[in-house]
Amino acid sequence: MTIDWIQFSPVTAFSGGLLIGLAAAAFILFHGRIMGVSSILGGLLRAAKGDRGWRVSFLGGLIAAPLFAKLTGLAPAVRIEQSFLGLILAGLLVGFGTSLGNGCTSGHGVCGIARLSPRSIVATLTFMAFGMLTVWFMHRVQAGP
Amino acid sequence: MIRRVSEFFVGLVFGFGLLLSGMTDPAKVISFLDVTGVWDPSLAFVMGGAVVISFIAFRLSRNWKASLMGRVIILSDLKTIDVKLILGSALFGIGWGLSGFCPGPAIVSLATGEFKSIIFMIAMIAGMGCESLYQRYRQT
Repeated sequence: MTIDWIQFSPVTAFSGGLLIGLAAAAFILFHGRIMGVSSILGGLLRAAKGDRGWRVSFLGGLIAAPLFAKLTGLAPAVRIEQSFLGLILAGLLVGFGTSLGNGCTSGHGVCGIARLSPRSIVATLTFMAFGMLTVWFMHRVQAGP
Repeated sequence: MIRRVSEFFVGLVFGFGLLLSGMTDPAKVISFLDVTGVWDPSLAFVMGGAVVISFIAFRLSRNWKASLMGRVIILSDLKTIDVKLILGSALFGIGWGLSGFCPGPAIVSLATGEFKSIIFMIAMIAGMGCESLYQRYRQT
């Protein structure tokens, strides 16, 4: 294991994390809901009419964030190295998997862990482990035999 | 109306957090998952910061009858650790490792104008749709 000191950014990562935590805290304290993106988005496909408004406004804020960020001059890089086919496969897996497992990085990884839910702890350990395995495998294939 | 505005702001703050933290950069996510290569551990600090704040909020509101805006508090009361949870999380992890995208950052990156993130988003929604159809098929 080698640490990538050049890219290492603990201060912005932690500050960003605090903002994410603040949003999750506001969502439960003011609105009584879990800030889990996959469930909020997935629910939009299935939910009854009266249950759509809050999902749309939350997701609207999420989509608008980079537009506001551009105004303030904060425009971080989005470097997507995967091919189109790879992204389609990955998207299908992320959509199917988060739907089957009832959560993603925000619902299980932040809110669930903060609630000390055993289900979320198991889910988070599982997707982290499989994410790491996948990256390891991808890099081995790219490196050739 | 005030509820809708407030929910929009929560989404906005969450989006700023994701952008600032580096979670919306798939290459950074992949180097976070690359523990056996040249590892960038930064994103562990994201979860640290986020969990500390939300832990306090969940503790605070544990016995509340309603939220501060008078809304019903909706929490998952699922307890069982089953095949669905593990298989679903494993599939999600594979997709996350392949692309560097999880659902929140994927939505945020839509407005950055990258055509590839739109493709990912369409596939992700299709994946969610497939899962719904699969559950319906299993029930019949």
